[in-house]
Amino acid sequence: MTTPTNRQPLIQWGRIARDGLWSNNVILGQLLALCPTLAVTGTATNGLGMGLATTAVLTVSNMLVAAIRHLIAPEVRIPVYIVLIATLVTLVDLGLNAYAHELHKVLGLFIALIVVNCAILGRAESFASKNTVLASAFDGLMMGLGFTLMLVVLGGMREIIGSGTLFAGASLLLGPAMGFLELHLIPDYRGFLVSILPPGGFLALGLLLAGKRVIDARIHAAQQRRTATTDPTTPA
Amino acid sequence: MNLLAVLKQRQSVAYQSLLLGGTVALAASLLVVADRVTRAPIAQRHAEDMNASLAQVIPPTLHDNDLLANMLTLPDADGTAIPVYRALVAGQVRALAFQVTGRGYAGDIDVLLGLDTDGRILGARVLAHKETPGLGDKIEVAKADWILAFNGLSLGHPPPERWAVKKDGGDFDQFSGATITPRAVVKALKGGLDFFAANRALLIAPTTESEASGGHDDNAH
Repeated sequence: MTTPTNRQPLIQWGRIARDGLWSNNVILGQLLALCPTLAVTGTATNGLGMGLATTAVLTVSNMLVAAIRHLIAPEVRIPVYIVLIATLVTLVDLGLNAYAHELHKVLGLFIALIVVNCAILGRAESFASKNTVLASAFDGLMMGLGFTLMLVVLGGMREIIGSGTLFAGASLLLGPAMGFLELHLIPDYRGFLVSILPPGGFLALGLLLAGKRVIDARIHAAQQRRTATTDPTTPA
Repeated sequence: MNLLAVLKQRQSVAYQSLLLGGTVALAASLLVVADRVTRAPIAQRHAEDMNASLAQVIPPTLHDNDLLANMLTLPDADGTAIPVYRALVAGQVRALAFQVTGRGYAGDIDVLLGLDTDGRILGARVLAHKETPGLGDKIEVAKADWILAFNGLSLGHPPPERWAVKKDGGDFDQFSGATITPRAVVKALKGGLDFFAANRALLIAPTTESEASGGHDDNAH
């Protein structure tokens, strides 16, 4: 990553997006935030709610940290970040409760969990403290979306196996207009309890991690083949 | 002092202490302001929520008063103070609602119970719970009709010993994969009916608007 210098480094939009969505994904790449992840992904809808709330907080906290990065003394940076993030989360919690109460009823549970989400501190430390406000905002957004994506996939897997539905309760989170998302995939399904309970979360997460490694290995192999075929000295 | 000079001080303990102290002071004052600004709207939202829940267990025909305003607090068998919301028509108690709590699989289950003056259940609604999604959450009226089966029942119908889930020899369905949750709700509702039976005279005593605003508290002791 870039080091703080006097000249403004060029923002590598593509690289930030790829990092956040895939290669350095909060769950698949950094293996951070596993506690809230495993706790809420019983359904795809819960994963979506947690993901969106985290994305909002992560983007704003990244911008805040980037804005004050020159004032922060490295020795006390961690407590400063923690106080900032905890304050931000509490403000969001109070604001939503007072002015967007319906949304708060659905997201309230997740907002409290964001405080313990170490991915947010992780991005403040490893990206926002060394980059511009704009780049940090984009990084927060991409990391958040990557996190959301994985939570929805994980929640979807567990929900389909566990209760035979997908996006159950989506209309409570997104409004009645999104009710069409609620699918009942397997009729008369008696449910598979383990999938919804925490052990199921670990199992599904393990499958996801294995899946990422398989895909990465395929991509790597394909790249090597391509370089091999374009190299005239090696026979095809 | 220009920015460069400030930045050179970052190594000093004084700067770091000030930074830390300043950040905490700023955070604390922000939170104090936010708390003061949002306290009234949040209380308002909670009152609306409570009214909406009460409306589900007490039909509007049974009261002409503000349910939240005519609250009475009575101690239950364990001595815990239970707020009871009374539905009045012309000062006469027609129905009441109060919260009962059961120990579920993953924590407390709060149920709002509405009763008529004969102790028949007008309605019961789960207000809050931490049960397993997809299993125990069938106690929510949004997820299943299970809780509606209690409407019209009372302590004599079915008899007290049959106020249990079928697995325990009672009358009420449990869910496949979840017995603890419905067992807790049934037990909580029966507890509520017992509470009503023990305090019936006090609870349905005629009231006027003036004494309803807290005068009955003295009777409870």
